[in-house]
Amino acid sequence: MLLTAEDTKTATKISRLKKTEEHSGHQDSKIASVVPVKDKKLLEVKLGELPSWILMGDFSPSGIFGAFQRGYYRYYKYINVKKGSISGVTMVLACYVLFSYSFSYKHLKHEWLRKYH
Amino acid sequence: MNENLFASFAAPTILGLPAAVLIILFPPLLVPTSKHLINNRLITTQQWLIQLTSKQMMTMHSTKGRTWSLMLVSLIIFITTTNLLGLLPHSFTPTTQLSMNLAMAIPLWAGAVVMGFRFKTKNALAHFLPQGTPTPLIPMLVIIETISLLIQPMALAVRLTANITAGHLLMHLIGSATLALSTINLPYALIIFTILILLTILEIAVALIQAYVFTLLVSLYLHDNT
Repeated sequence: MLLTAEDTKTATKISRLKKTEEHSGHQDSKIASVVPVKDKKLLEVKLGELPSWILMGDFSPSGIFGAFQRGYYRYYKYINVKKGSISGVTMVLACYVLFSYSFSYKHLKHEWLRKYH
Repeated sequence: MNENLFASFAAPTILGLPAAVLIILFPPLLVPTSKHLINNRLITTQQWLIQLTSKQMMTMHSTKGRTWSLMLVSLIIFITTTNLLGLLPHSFTPTTQLSMNLAMAIPLWAGAVVMGFRFKTKNALAHFLPQGTPTPLIPMLVIIETISLLIQPMALAVRLTANITAGHLLMHLIGSATLALSTINLPYALIIFTILILLTILEIAVALIQAYVFTLLVSLYLHDNT
């Protein structure tokens, strides 16, 4: 398995973060994280920073389109296999169902506690 | 209760913006294209199906009619995928909106008719009077044929809308009946549940058939006019 540039980049980022954590363990002061919150990937964001991470995201049209593009290519590796099965499409359809559920949530809210329909 | 039954057909909005555009743009993601000669299973199956339908549909047309093949094949793929996606729970089916079906039917029908009148004027006008009608009936028959021609796009659009909407409504009603009866009388609820399963199978068939019918009729109008 070849190491791509992206792998080395994330490896250096993780090693840098680990080094800073070790240093802060030795010293007793809080140092700012090396990587700003906006650029961290989701799994590296601490829980307390999550709202600010969401709010600092790029919500312009080109940003949203870029997010869709990245998501599409990450999903494409499940589809572009020689012996793809039904599970690739099923993932998309499940997301579509959840997406449509969020649209109709407002109408469905009233239905839960009603005695007569 | 009335408000809720038809609420699922309301076009979804995000803060007042129509999200129906996003939902209409979703089916092409399920039909990927590829530059390779030999593709993965998914693309191969889809390409095989598309070849099958296109050959089946376009053999009866002349060379001039076959210039429409891209339009007709994309039409049938769009309607099939949209109808089938509408069978998923909570999803919105754009073909239930009459506005969209009219937008599909009127330009295609008008294009076929205008093409017929432009290139084969005598033949197109001759369609208004069937062969062998007795002479006194001619004026009335011309009027009737004109009306039947003008009503074709309306019939196309309303047929698709009504079929899909009626199917979805029936499924909603029977589903809610099953839920309501499940607490009262379980065996009857199971019977109604089997009816629901049969109805779902019917809906799948209807989804496919309606797409087929729509496209077939458009190609028929095309065949008359080329």
